[in-house]
Amino acid sequence: MDSYLSIERVGMRFTRGAAVSEVLVDVNLGIARGEFVSIIGHSGCGKSTLLNIVGGLVRSTTGEVLLDGAVVDSPGPDRAIVFQNHSLLPWLTVYGNVRIAVDKVFGRAKSAAERHDWVMHNLALVHMAHAKDKRPGEISGGMKQRVGIARALAMQPKILLMDEPFGALDALTRAHLQDSVMEIHAALGNTVLMITHDVDEAVLLSDRIVMMTNGPSATIGEVLPIPLERPRRRLALADDPTYAACRVQVLRFLYERQRFTTAAA
Amino acid sequence: MPHTAQIVSEAPTPATVPKPAPAGRVLSLPVARRPLAPVLGRIAVAAAARVIPPLIVLALLLLAWQLLCSGPGSSLPSPLKVLDDTWDFIVDPFYDNGGVDKGAFWQIATSLERVAMGFALAAVVGVALGVLIGQSIWAMRGLDPIFQVLRTIPPLAWLPISLAGFQQAEPSAVFVIFITSIWPIVINTAVGVRNIPQDYRNVAAVLRLSHWEVFTKITLPAAVPYIFTGLRIGVGLSWLAIIAAEMLIGGVGIGFFIWDAWNSSRISDIVVALVYVGLVGFVLDRLIGFAGALVARGTSA
Repeated sequence: MDSYLSIERVGMRFTRGAAVSEVLVDVNLGIARGEFVSIIGHSGCGKSTLLNIVGGLVRSTTGEVLLDGAVVDSPGPDRAIVFQNHSLLPWLTVYGNVRIAVDKVFGRAKSAAERHDWVMHNLALVHMAHAKDKRPGEISGGMKQRVGIARALAMQPKILLMDEPFGALDALTRAHLQDSVMEIHAALGNTVLMITHDVDEAVLLSDRIVMMTNGPSATIGEVLPIPLERPRRRLALADDPTYAACRVQVLRFLYERQRFTTAAA
Repeated sequence: MPHTAQIVSEAPTPATVPKPAPAGRVLSLPVARRPLAPVLGRIAVAAAARVIPPLIVLALLLLAWQLLCSGPGSSLPSPLKVLDDTWDFIVDPFYDNGGVDKGAFWQIATSLERVAMGFALAAVVGVALGVLIGQSIWAMRGLDPIFQVLRTIPPLAWLPISLAGFQQAEPSAVFVIFITSIWPIVINTAVGVRNIPQDYRNVAAVLRLSHWEVFTKITLPAAVPYIFTGLRIGVGLSWLAIIAAEMLIGGVGIGFFIWDAWNSSRISDIVVALVYVGLVGFVLDRLIGFAGALVARGTSA
């Protein structure tokens, strides 16, 4: 398989004084262009650390990450991150939060009018154009996360990194946002790497699910392809045997083979 | 078919699940329009609830004061006597007979001018130093212990040394204001800069903002609430300091007015001046608080 993003023998070790804790060991993963890959695992298995390494926020102690042939060694807008807690700047409006990213990434390439249109286009993608003048403090958690997604999309990243993007939301809001992400993925064909701990979310959204073993010294346990046709409809899939089978496989991995360290959570 | 077995174990087939039945017809009730008069009445009641208690307490305090100080041997004037003695001074704050014999407005304006100069200087230097200490661990290690000692020196202790340095009363008073109000501004700004959430730093990193962009677009706005906390404490301290400093340097100013009144045994004038000092201090505090709320709108989301 031709890998657009390639994670090669990545390991992560934290040294604090004499204590050395090995978080990730020998992680190998290739993601094709346009593919939607989820990483699932129990809390503390280092999946967020892995995402931060791909994002460039953290340097791995061994191995390397290649994106489109170039080594990743620092954060950058080609690997836009949707943070778990949205990370919007509270003193800027919804519009301002997307605009700051667009101005930085396309400041030279686009005129001011084009940048304005591009901000509005991305807000419209996540159905937030109507709230462009609101501040983050004035909108709900789901809406904040929509703006976070718009900000990331507006950077036109090569890969979109999502760190448990819907973890803090209630079930109904989460479902709406998952549908939005599927719509956007279908329309734009983004390459996406998502961290999640929600089995249904992983099966519904992903082309492949990467299952991590428990830490310390976590690594990839299994990779499960999801052979479901797109577009996927939540209700139709509820009775789909393939869907149920995939779901059971992930559940088995998480709760039979990797259940022994739930205390670590 | 292993799949079917799994479905049954995971989710029961629709046949075994009872269909939810409609619970009944939904009726929308007409919304009653609220009459205006009771709404206004409620606002008036809420306002009265805030205003009346302090007025009652004030009246009781004045009454007690009147009773305590109306005896013939009393060393302090009663409220009525204060009003009687100072009526001319109260109703004409704008008179100017030359020298230090000026109305309350001019006395307070002169004091405020000194505070404005010293405080503005302290705000600029304080925020700059605070940002430096907040961003650089070496600047913090070098400067923080010294600041922690300097900030405990009482305002008036600075006056003789600044008089010796400047050789003039006016800049010495401004310097005392400056040196008194700068510490809370430095310390709060530094805390604000140091406490910028990692999330914001991550956003800046992903966007590859330059150092200058991080400073103007992330650091400063994120620290604004802290900076204004420092400014608010600073302005209160500077108002405390100016009164004391003016007593010593003389000239026009509400501080020296109080000292002058004491030397001329005009006790009623002192009482009125104290009320003015308190009110002006209150207004200064609220002004900075209001400016902070305006600038920091939404920052604490």
